[in-house]
Amino acid sequence: MIVRISMDDQYEVLDEEKPEQLDHAAIAAVESDDEAAFRAAYDELLAFVRSGGPVDEDHLGGSDLILPPADVTLAEARTEFSGEGLLPS
Amino acid sequence: MPGLSGRMSTVVKSKISKLLDKTEDPGETLDYSYQKQLEQLQNVKKGIADVVTAKKRLQAQEGTIQQQIVKLDTQARQALAAGKEDLARTALERKGGLQTELQTLDQQITDLQTQQEQLIDSEQKLRAKIEAFRTKKEVIKAQYSAAEAQVRISEAATGVGEQMADVGLAMQRAVDKTEQMKARAGAVQELEAAGTFDDLTALGPGEDDIDRQLRELSTSSVVDDELAKMKAELGTGSAPVGELGAGQADAPDNVTPLRTGESADEASASEETAS
Repeated sequence: MIVRISMDDQYEVLDEEKPEQLDHAAIAAVESDDEAAFRAAYDELLAFVRSGGPVDEDHLGGSDLILPPADVTLAEARTEFSGEGLLPS
Repeated sequence: MPGLSGRMSTVVKSKISKLLDKTEDPGETLDYSYQKQLEQLQNVKKGIADVVTAKKRLQAQEGTIQQQIVKLDTQARQALAAGKEDLARTALERKGGLQTELQTLDQQITDLQTQQEQLIDSEQKLRAKIEAFRTKKEVIKAQYSAAEAQVRISEAATGVGEQMADVGLAMQRAVDKTEQMKARAGAVQELEAAGTFDDLTALGPGEDDIDRQLRELSTSSVVDDELAKMKAELGTGSAPVGELGAGQADAPDNVTPLRTGESADEASASEETAS
C-alpha cells in the first residue's frame, strides 16, 4: 500500500499490519497524555513507513493512508481525534 | 483505519472531489482540474514570498536589538567609570531583557526558516505532480472512451489533490507562525523604544513600566556578576572619571593594576584606606 507522510512524501509499504499497530501505540500515548511515549511511537511509525522507500515523483496515484507531519505535537495529534483536524478544509 | 491517519485521509478525499468539480465532458474536467492546479501553485508562491518577508522583518529587528545591546553595554561601562553604579545596574538589566528578547527572535527566525524550506519542498513536489498530470491528461483525452476517461481522471487527480492538501497544510502552518510573530512584534517595538537611554542623565529615580519588566526578565545575580566583572575590567569600582587605567600610577608598588580577582580585592581595600 501507499502511505503519505504529510509535508514529506509518499512511500510504498509492503507490510499493512505493522503501521496499524504502531498507529495504535501512538494513539494510546495521546490518550494517556504521554508526550515522550507519543514521540517514540510516532517516530517508530514514520521510520517504518520511510523504510519502504519513496514512490516516483511523477506518480499520480493517491495514498491508502495519510499521516500527520513528522513534527506533529501531542496537542495537534489530539485535535485529529476531536474533529477539528490539522488540515484546513 | 481510524487513528492518526484516519481524518487526514478523509479530508484529502473531500478536497479531491472538489477539485474534480465535474462536467459532462471528461476533456473539460481535465482542463478545469489543470487550471485549478495552476492557480493553487500561484497561491503557494505568494505564501512563500510572505514567509520570506516576515523572516526579513525579524532579522532587521534582530540587528536593531544587537546594536542596542552593544550601546547599553557601553553605557553601563561609562556609568560605572563615572561612579554611578545604580545607573550601570539599570543599563545591564535592560541589556539582559534585550538579550532574552534576542534569543526568542533567534528561535522564531529558525522556525520561519524551517517553514520556508518545507513550503518550498512542498511547492516543488506539487509542481512535479502538476506536470505529470498535464502529460497524463493529454494521453487520457486521446486514448480513452468517455466512461474510462472518468476513472483515469480520478486516479490522476488524486495524486495532485493530495499534494495540494499537503501544500495547504504547510501554508497554514507558516501563516500561523507569522501571525504569532506579528502579535509579538508590537511588544518588541516597545522594548526597542525604551531599550537605550538617549542621555545618561535622563534616567531619573522613577522607573517606568518597561524598567520593571526588564528587571523581572533578568535575574539580578546575572547583573551582579556582570557588574563585578565590569568593575574588575575597569580596574576599580569607584575610580574617578578620566583616571581609568592610569589611576594607579601613584599607588604604592604592592597595589598593582588589577588582573585577578584576588588582587582586585586587595586593591579595593587599599583604595578604601587611601581615600
